[in-house]
Amino acid sequence: MTQVNPVTIWTIVIGLAIGSFALRFVFIGFVGDRPMPPWLLRHLRYTAVAILPALITPLVVWPTATGGQLDMPRMAAAAVALAVGVITKNVLAAIFTGAATLYGLLYLLG
Amino acid sequence: MAFTTSKSYFWKGFRDGSPFIFVAIPFGTLFGVFATEAGLSIIQTMAFTATVFAGAAQFAALQLLQEGAPTAIILISALAVNLRMAMYSASLTPYLGAAPMWQRAIAAYLTVDQSYACSIVRFEKEPDLSIPQRMAYFFGSVTPITPLWIFSTYLGAVLGTQIPESWALDFALPITFLAMIGPMMRTPAHVVAALVAIVVSLLMVAIPFNLGLLIAGCAGMMAGAQAEAMLERRKVRT
Repeated sequence: MTQVNPVTIWTIVIGLAIGSFALRFVFIGFVGDRPMPPWLLRHLRYTAVAILPALITPLVVWPTATGGQLDMPRMAAAAVALAVGVITKNVLAAIFTGAATLYGLLYLLG
Repeated sequence: MAFTTSKSYFWKGFRDGSPFIFVAIPFGTLFGVFATEAGLSIIQTMAFTATVFAGAAQFAALQLLQEGAPTAIILISALAVNLRMAMYSASLTPYLGAAPMWQRAIAAYLTVDQSYACSIVRFEKEPDLSIPQRMAYFFGSVTPITPLWIFSTYLGAVLGTQIPESWALDFALPITFLAMIGPMMRTPAHVVAALVAIVVSLLMVAIPFNLGLLIAGCAGMMAGAQAEAMLERRKVRT
């Protein structure tokens, strides 16, 4: 377990708490029932689906645990989790098959 | 009279939101475990989960914290993950915008994927609902998951300290995220957004302070919006 500076953690927690509330409140609280520009809604729709893959891809290709070396079990687990998620639309099924692939291959190859 | 009908809509929401406890419990537990692994105390973990109340953003912040990213980048990235909450808020506004301010403030705090998904379907299906009925339904839909989310985080945080290193938990987080991405691929535009974000994130990996993440996220977002506009134009033409 790593030691993290408590000031950093509290800054993140409080910043995210305020920021997340602001994001949720901005329209329902301030805009009320005025209409919003379609281009803005169109961009907001794709934020999660863009930022999450951007966060994960480098971790899959250069995993921290192997010091950035390409790793077969991790690549395979990532592929399985993504594929099962796309096909079944079931997040938990995707997590379990992905984890099973990771542990299965780590056991077989290690 | 109005009170009793609002009450029945609360329970309708409650029923529709109940299946999500099977998501909230494992995710909450995972978050507790990861937060402990990342070095957060139980109090920090609980403050995090209760105030931020958004699984994906919380996971993203933890991942970046472990990578040693600067605090500003962690905040911006996690909030970017939560930008979709602004979209939910925007989309619920025509239905709930006329409710009293204190109700709207509580509704804002409780705006999550599950309450939004349930409510927007119900509001579109039954356009004649009164504002109190809509609010009752909205609060009903988050009531089953909120206490369980917080309690299971606590459970995970307590358990987390007892998990050995050999469990390769470093990769549990990427797997969790990848699993969340799959069901988001609802339209070709979503796929375009994700693919562009992936390619750009790999190209930008050498950029310091994890700024590549933000560049890739923006690129994916714009690509998705563009793709949607193009697909709509094509549909109009044919």
